[in-house]
Amino acid sequence: MLSSDTDILTAAASWRRDGRGVALATVIETWGSAPRPVGSHLVIDEDGNFLGSVSGGCVEGAVITDALDVITDGRPRVLEFGVADETAWQVGLSCGGRIRVLVERVD
Amino acid sequence: MRAETLDALNAERAARRAAILVTDIADGAQRLVTAGAIDGDRLAPELRRALAAGRSGLVERDGRQLFLTVQVPPVRLVVVGAVHISQALAPMAAALGLAVTVIDPRTAFASPERFPGVELVPAWPDAALGGAVPALDRYCALAALTHDPKIDDPALAAALRAGCFYVGALGSRKTHAARLARLGEAGLGEAETARIRAPIGLDIGAVSPPEIAVAVLAQVVQALRRPETAP
Repeated sequence: MLSSDTDILTAAASWRRDGRGVALATVIETWGSAPRPVGSHLVIDEDGNFLGSVSGGCVEGAVITDALDVITDGRPRVLEFGVADETAWQVGLSCGGRIRVLVERVD
Repeated sequence: MRAETLDALNAERAARRAAILVTDIADGAQRLVTAGAIDGDRLAPELRRALAAGRSGLVERDGRQLFLTVQVPPVRLVVVGAVHISQALAPMAAALGLAVTVIDPRTAFASPERFPGVELVPAWPDAALGGAVPALDRYCALAALTHDPKIDDPALAAALRAGCFYVGALGSRKTHAARLARLGEAGLGEAETARIRAPIGLDIGAVSPPEIAVAVLAQVVQALRRPETAP
């Protein structure tokens, strides 16, 4: 079954209660044909386990890498992915859209 | 995000109450505004707009970018009457993303053969609501379609008392006048019964059952997205 944003926020709370380091990623802005709507969540734990989606698979790897840094230093970050961005070519937002993702630690 | 904020957000959702999380993009500062607290909030106009649209998004205030995470309970449509119109209405409502339940105590009508894949409750509305069907709330729409006062009236009364965002009833103006009189005798005030949309559906000249279903659903969407159009 697909995880709804509901399940994802519940998982974030339950992972945190288990004592795991947890980060929450949220799509805050999209341009063009973005695969996931604004407000979509991805939750990541310190071991790189994740639930949800911010791009349908295109940039999750990069978001998870940054999420691990956020879990370590606690500083929220805004990540941007799009075809105009060289790193985006590498991680591949193949739909041609652009997205901004906020990544924050659950304290 | 503080764990308490996340827990509070999850608690509001579990209770089927709307809430908006306001996040300052620059520094990550956050606060949770529950639906009941929106009117007194300094961002009230922006929050009300976001809540009515049911969509998360960025807003700017005093040169700062704020992200509003809008959490609205899933909208439910309760259809009273497993009638011909309901057979067209249920799949259309599901396509709109509404959680649909059809209630009808008449088992000849409420049969799985007539309603494949639809959540069907063969019971009287007063027995079903709060029992087999979760109690009504303001994120529910109710459409009473049986033409039978014994079945429709208790459901309409329950919907009005629960503050459902949409309450519609099938029947002519004459039928509806008689209905208003009965509901008045049952103790409902005029201000409450005036919220019933009858004859049901937007006036698009609908004739066939599927057309009437379109008219009803269009009216439900209007009630949800443009609450200022409520009677």
